Amino acid sequence: MSESSTAAPGLATRLRWELSDSLMLARRNVAHVRQVPERLLDATVQPIMFVLLFAYVFGGAIHVGGGGYREYLLGGILVQTLTFGIIGPAISIATDLTEGIVDRFRSLPMSRSAFLYGHLISDLASATLALVIMTASGLIVGWRIHSDLPHALAGFALLVLFAFAMLWVGMLLGLLARTPDAVNGVAFILIFPLTFIANTFVPAGSLPEGLRQVAEYNPVSALAAAVRALFGNPTALPSAAAWPLQHPVLSALGWCLLILVLVVPLTIRRYRVRTAG
Amino acid sequence: MSAAGRSTALPTGAHDGVVAEGLGKRYGELWALREVDLDVPPGSVLGLLGHNGAGKTTAIRILTTLALPSAGRASVAGLDVVAEAARVRERIGLAGQYATVDGLLSARVNLEMVGRLYHLPRAIARARARELLERLGLLEKADILVRTFSGGMRRRLDLAASLMGEPPVLFLDEPTTGLDPQGRNDLWTLLRELVDGGTTLVLTTQYLEEADRLADNIVVLDRGRIVAAGPPEELKARVGGERIEVTLASEEGLTSAAEALSAFADGQSVTAPEELRVTMPARAGTRLVEVVRALDAAGVDALDVHRREATLDDVFLAVTGSHGSPETPATEALAR
Ligand SMILES: Nc1ncnc2c1ncn2[C@@H]1O[C@H](COP(=O)(O)OP(=O)(O)O)[C@@H](O)[C@H]1O
Ligand SMILES: [Mg+2]
Repeated sequence: MSESSTAAPGLATRLRWELSDSLMLARRNVAHVRQVPERLLDATVQPIMFVLLFAYVFGGAIHVGGGGYREYLLGGILVQTLTFGIIGPAISIATDLTEGIVDRFRSLPMSRSAFLYGHLISDLASATLALVIMTASGLIVGWRIHSDLPHALAGFALLVLFAFAMLWVGMLLGLLARTPDAVNGVAFILIFPLTFIANTFVPAGSLPEGLRQVAEYNPVSALAAAVRALFGNPTALPSAAAWPLQHPVLSALGWCLLILVLVVPLTIRRYRVRTAG
Repeated sequence: MSAAGRSTALPTGAHDGVVAEGLGKRYGELWALREVDLDVPPGSVLGLLGHNGAGKTTAIRILTTLALPSAGRASVAGLDVVAEAARVRERIGLAGQYATVDGLLSARVNLEMVGRLYHLPRAIARARARELLERLGLLEKADILVRTFSGGMRRRLDLAASLMGEPPVLFLDEPTTGLDPQGRNDLWTLLRELVDGGTTLVLTTQYLEEADRLADNIVVLDRGRIVAAGPPEELKARVGGERIEVTLASEEGLTSAAEALSAFADGQSVTAPEELRVTMPARAGTRLVEVVRALDAAGVDALDVHRREATLDDVFLAVTGSHGSPETPATEALAR
């Protein structure tokens, strides 16, 4: 019965288990989506709705220099949708914590961090899916990439990095929330100003004084401007734009790294506290 | 994780079963567990007995590495539960007080996942999941989402999950709470088989009868402390096995009833005047008919005379002279 050796497993074995445990938990999350497909709406239907809504309903009323509105719009919607990616991991982690399943995991000889990595892997997969769907819907409504291949790839890489950072924010939120319902409220208070007081849908320069400054230093604006620049889409920047918007790629990269440097250690610490007896 | 690096501090006499020495857990001002010593030899069964809030779950959580002790030390399968927590987890199975299964997966997928997280090869995890589903009567519902399961089915699945790793040491926190009598009997049979196969078992319960049926040793907890410990026979000898309870029509008969009963008593009888009730530990082989005759001869107007098994309350009464601290009566806990 206890024929397993008493020696502690070596480093290579532990790394292999770390990976296989994380993938196992990611598969569990994917299986959940199959039971509750609504959870995938954020990543599928919602971005298409935003593209159509802004392209056809508001698009006629908004004018952006240097190209059509749709050319401008897509960079903003890509970043906005990935910001909404905070909600997915926050809700699933808060739900797991209230349902006691984490106690089951903690009593098993699996890697402790696999729980977080499992969520990271499955949610990164759904963010990538959202990215693909939005790109496709953009192409359908007439948006195009005008830069060369290296710049286009850099644009997508930046988007994936941003999605990754937002997932960590979401995990932290899930670990801080007392209930899954609390997540929704907090997430919307966080995400709406972040994505609307920005250059997401209209150039920052067209916002009233005060809001304009907020928008100019908003990380979402930096990201949207960087993506537009890398794809060769109109950025609609006034010549007097604030520094972050003058150097969008650099500041977008800086924001992503800053968020990760702050949020990753906090998340790991919070996870340990939440699951310590 | 936080204790990686800490050197092992095994309790004295640590062996392949479970040993605890001066174990304590503090929550703020409250000691949920205090100075608890345990010794569960390999292949034996310990019954942790106590009312709600006695500290049973706290003890289980520390021994299964889910909580850190505030004082003392403990070993499971010869390993320190704090410094060697990761390796302890390879050797234990746990079914907690509340089922910890995934409602959005089927029973089979739940078990296979747990098996994979014990790092079993896929084929073995699959085979063992099937075997346990069959053994616990869940095979018909194997591919149905667990969120549709009844409380009893969830508990059985949780138990199956705790057995996926074929653990040499098994911890069950109130495993039969919420099960019907049939399910309870089936579980007892299953646990007996496991123990006969060499498994060391620690289980908690609020029912003396259950501890008596399964345990080689019983530890009674009250407000975090051990108030009695020993083999069931020893404890029962202290409290007496059966009780005869007489409920009267009026207060007058109380004294004469107690007197009439003393002829059959194996220990002190207890009178509860508010409830008009006299309870007596009955000598083995006492016949109820004779008791009724004796009461009648003494002119006692009895509304009800019945025989029952000794309960946890009787143990507390015998050991401490008080009823212990039932924060919630056992019947309420059962309905939860
Ligand atoms: N996480 C906790 N924080 C504060 N108090 C707790 C916690 N867990 C248990 N307690 C308290 O510790 C005592 C023992 O609880 P528990 O071990 O659950 O008892 P039992 O399982 O015997 O019913 C109770 O008074 C309970 O309220
Ligand atoms: Mg308990």
